[in-house]
Amino acid sequence: MLVEEVMKTEVISLRANETIETALKLLNDHHIRHIPIVDEHHHVIGIVSDRDVRDASPSVFQIEQDKEALQNTLESIMSSPVITAHPLDFVEEIASIFYEHEIACVPVTKANKLVGIITEKDMLYTMIQLTGVTVQSSQIEIKVIDKPGILPEVTAVLGRRKTNITSVLIYPYQPDSTYKVLVFRLQTMNPMPVIEDLKAEGYEVLWPNMPGMEQ
Amino acid sequence: MTCRAGFVYSEDFRTYRFRDDHPFNQLRVTLAYELLQSIGAITEKELISPRMATEEELLLVHEKPYVEAIKKASSGKLSEEEGFEFGVGTEDTPMFEGMHEASSLLVGGTLSAVDAVMQDKVDHALNLGGGLHHGFQRKASGFCIYNDGAVAIQYIREHYQAKVLYIDTDAHHGDGVQWAFYDDPNVCTLSVHETGRYLFPGTGNVNERGIKEGYGYSFNIPVDAFTEDESFMHVYETAFREVIEYFKPDVIVTQNGADAHVLDPLTHLCCTSQLYEFIPQIAHKLAHEYCGGKWIALGGGGYDIWRVVPRAWAQIWNVMAHNEPAEGPLPKEWLAKWQQEAPVQLPSSWHDASGLYKEIPRKLEITEKNEKVLEKAMQFIQLKHNLPK
Repeated sequence: MLVEEVMKTEVISLRANETIETALKLLNDHHIRHIPIVDEHHHVIGIVSDRDVRDASPSVFQIEQDKEALQNTLESIMSSPVITAHPLDFVEEIASIFYEHEIACVPVTKANKLVGIITEKDMLYTMIQLTGVTVQSSQIEIKVIDKPGILPEVTAVLGRRKTNITSVLIYPYQPDSTYKVLVFRLQTMNPMPVIEDLKAEGYEVLWPNMPGMEQ
Repeated sequence: MTCRAGFVYSEDFRTYRFRDDHPFNQLRVTLAYELLQSIGAITEKELISPRMATEEELLLVHEKPYVEAIKKASSGKLSEEEGFEFGVGTEDTPMFEGMHEASSLLVGGTLSAVDAVMQDKVDHALNLGGGLHHGFQRKASGFCIYNDGAVAIQYIREHYQAKVLYIDTDAHHGDGVQWAFYDDPNVCTLSVHETGRYLFPGTGNVNERGIKEGYGYSFNIPVDAFTEDESFMHVYETAFREVIEYFKPDVIVTQNGADAHVLDPLTHLCCTSQLYEFIPQIAHKLAHEYCGGKWIALGGGGYDIWRVVPRAWAQIWNVMAHNEPAEGPLPKEWLAKWQQEAPVQLPSSWHDASGLYKEIPRKLEITEKNEKVLEKAMQFIQLKHNLPK
């Protein structure tokens, strides 16, 4: 999936010469946590997070005497340079950027101009969708040998029952690396016929299973 | 306490039939009805004949193109390709001849139950043919074509302006009804079901609480796989009491899927007949305490149609009409008639014998987990109580 499919395109941005107070108001009014700072060409030159603003704001105990702190410009607190993404980047790459740089938001630029923004929350939502849990389904897990061609073999069994697959995930099988676990979400209320077919073909179906319980 | 109760019944409920080997089988309604007849718990004059729901009534919840598609499917004129968009023609919800009429009758049955209760002809009414809680606005799913519960609730809203509390104890999440009223503050839904981690439809998480005006009017208690009677009963009763005290409805609609039983082939809960004696007793009691008795009960899931569903469902009526569940041996006449048809040994008494399943190794953890989920689900109400008014 590409960044352009996930990013938000209505981005609230500010200029470097605007005040911290303006940023604070925008963050609160729009329930957002990051504001890209742009120049007159709409190039991203910095970014301000809710934490930057909070750090620069007077303590609640000292509001009266330090109110002028909020009149400083954003230039004085913004982070720069900014890590940006391109609309054609893969979302998985952005996930790695979030993880490696310990950040939670990247502006998206095209020809150096700001065109979108992608946050940790957008990313998490995408990941949730990838797992298929947002679509009506039953989940089954199958332990298979880790070898080429195993996935089509398994899906052929599902296909024979005309069972629509909502999502597929493949995990390593921790106790033994010669196996993998295929996780399917199937659009059926009655996965029993599929499970029986799979067992008949010799696959091990891991089920909501606990030690000592019959499957 | 003897209450006036109505039992919606027609042999024609069995026309809602997908395939011979399909797990959803309305013969279970007949089995429950005949079980009640053979113990003399039901009289002719308590029967209510279901009417057909009109198209206008179906459109209270469903979209016109969907109803049109079902009508086409009903006469074999919907292609497989067209059906896919509307969730019909799948393994779960295959097309069958007369499906529109059969489904409209189940909805009509629930509307008959609603009218009888709301017009004060009876205190409570039961339609075991209904409870098809997975039906969506424009999509069939999970064996459900039209969502009789949702249509009935919308019908109550429009014709009787009453506030409705919907309680769903099917092992599967009551998603269709929940989403239909997700933004409606006059309809509160509470579903207790097996967690969607593995089980269809996968939704019904504790954090699904409604949106917009309806925020705080959807409650979900997903219990762990292998949950047993005690824990299920505890979360159900506690949540029901807290939610009804908070919402103060005018009428209660319950969906009584009987698939949380350990013998049910589609789910992984470990409950017994005890749960199905308990569920209607609490609903009955609270209907009298809060709603002047107004209670409409529906069927729902239940896929062990021989050993589980007839007893579980008959007990709803026993509680509704006679204030207590039946006990002791099952009537010989009923056993003799149906044992010939049943592929399994029928149980001999109303209560399940002990030792129905092996001890659950992680019972304590499961109970504790369910308790935490209950706490989380109810937290919203407690927070609201503690806020200054």
